[in-house]
Amino acid sequence: MKLPIRYNIRNVIVRWRSTLATIIGVALVVAVYILIQSLAAGLEKSGRNTGDPRNLMIVRKGSTAESSSQVNRMQLQTIQYLPQIARDADGKPLISADLVVLVSLPRREGAGEANVTMRGISPKGAELRPQVRLVEGRWFTPGKREAVVSTKMAQRFANTEVGGVFKTGGQELRVVGLFDGGDTAFDSEIWMDADEARSLFDRENYSSALVRMTSPEAAAEFVKRLESDKRLPLRVDPEIAYYSEQTRTSKMFQVIGMFLAVSMSIGAFFAAMNTMYASVGARTREIGTLRVLGFRRRTILLSFIVEGAILAGIGGVIGCAVSFALQSLSVALGWQFGTMSFNTFSEVVFQFRITPQLAVQGLIFAVLVGVVGSLFPAIRASRLPVIAALKVV
Amino acid sequence: MPEPETIVAIRNLSKVYSQGEIQVTALNNISLDIARGEFLTLMGPSGSGKSTLLHIIAGIDRPTSGECRVQGVNVTQLNESELADWRNQNVGFVFQTFNLIPVLTAFENVELPLLLTKLSRKQRQQLVSTALEIVGLADRSHHLPRQLSGGQEQRVAIARALVTDPSLVVADEPTGNLDSHSAQEVLTVLQSLSRTANKTVIMVTHDPKAAAYGSRSIHLEKGELSN
Repeated sequence: MKLPIRYNIRNVIVRWRSTLATIIGVALVVAVYILIQSLAAGLEKSGRNTGDPRNLMIVRKGSTAESSSQVNRMQLQTIQYLPQIARDADGKPLISADLVVLVSLPRREGAGEANVTMRGISPKGAELRPQVRLVEGRWFTPGKREAVVSTKMAQRFANTEVGGVFKTGGQELRVVGLFDGGDTAFDSEIWMDADEARSLFDRENYSSALVRMTSPEAAAEFVKRLESDKRLPLRVDPEIAYYSEQTRTSKMFQVIGMFLAVSMSIGAFFAAMNTMYASVGARTREIGTLRVLGFRRRTILLSFIVEGAILAGIGGVIGCAVSFALQSLSVALGWQFGTMSFNTFSEVVFQFRITPQLAVQGLIFAVLVGVVGSLFPAIRASRLPVIAALKVV
Repeated sequence: MPEPETIVAIRNLSKVYSQGEIQVTALNNISLDIARGEFLTLMGPSGSGKSTLLHIIAGIDRPTSGECRVQGVNVTQLNESELADWRNQNVGFVFQTFNLIPVLTAFENVELPLLLTKLSRKQRQQLVSTALEIVGLADRSHHLPRQLSGGQEQRVAIARALVTDPSLVVADEPTGNLDSHSAQEVLTVLQSLSRTANKTVIMVTHDPKAAAYGSRSIHLEKGELSN
């Protein structure tokens, strides 16, 4: 690189009026790309965070979500006495038979209704999920129409604060406590007693069972035992793997993010090309002069490509800064983001999660737009006939 | 007295431009020798071929036929890249419109040709400072072109032309855009380059007053030498 970088930087600054539109365009592309990918990352993180490595999740074979699964009481009877299941101090097996139901609840401020995952848990249910902490009020009393709501859901749905009463299944449920799901999928749930839930929603069976294993070897043995028993048409997965699989919705965000970024980048690419063509046009005599002074064609070519990359790179940095600022703002103001899960068809809440990797991807994306956009103008600049270029007024 | 060394030797040089089916002869069978240290002025009406001749001598245009040797090198036979290197090492250019890079300071503009050499930063700084001192603009080195007068801009351009210590300085109407005072300053600098630094200066001009600064003047008429 024989021409100093300051030559390109100053040219970008001097022509700020014509370069501003391109910088803003690229900044928007990068911000949209990073933000949508960060939503996907946030959603994926909530799925990846969920579960305990010692736990196994049991659902009906062929079911795609707990809400469409059934585990009957006879199956539970068979399962709960298997020796691989860990036991508490009183010798009781660490197993929670859960009922998962989707209920429609009104959002706060009259913003319509949305599906919410209501989980009925057995007495051991909370103990099996150490990531969940009660932060306000108390746990529900088995046998009573009481519920405990995640703090994030309580911010989004009406009458779900402690003391609030909401109606579902034709009956009223009183909220007695709030829990923090620790950035897991449980942040998108309302919990109550499993048997009370079966009665409320008139269900004969449970949806799933969560069991704690005594050891990883016992877990392998347990899986083998259940899968070889033809009387038990059940599927067993590690709890973490199960929830990870449940956040496939994040893939859709990634695809949408990529699609939006690619379509917007086509616009940004033409903006960069236009700016660089204008720049070449305005600097024709300058290019001729550089050639006369001895600068070779490839130096001119490289210089204009570098200039395009700097131009788009500035846009990329601004785009990153905007997305980081939005993330900080969302944390400061406690913004939550919700979407419908395509596995459970219920609302899931999550937060932005801009990773350094995403920021680097955004910057690379920006520089690529600049390089590709400036390629043709740069070729044109390098091929200008010297004498004709010198004569341009 | 010893015979002055010939630095430019032109033999049977012709340049014909094709514009569709019409052929325009810009230079017709020119032969010319220019000695080291000479301040040659090329005069003639518009379209007489004086700028074309200057461009061929400086290696930014090619003749249709004939030969142009500068310090023994037949510049007409060099390829694009060789010509670029050759220009950088052997020719200094001064344009009518100064052609300074607007975003670079006077110092940076003068430094440009040196960026193509292997000189260290310190060596470059020294050479640039010397060149700016020669043209009397050492105190304006950090000014941008727009902060300089026309005459000062042209003197920066002269500093840029001589910073690589070329044997040949070519100037195409260097006073065309200057008031008479600035023109006089610029012509004095060019004259001193030829007289004191023994540089060969070739200048295209319309102005007989400017031509008077030269040591020899030749006239072109319809692509041919008229005297």
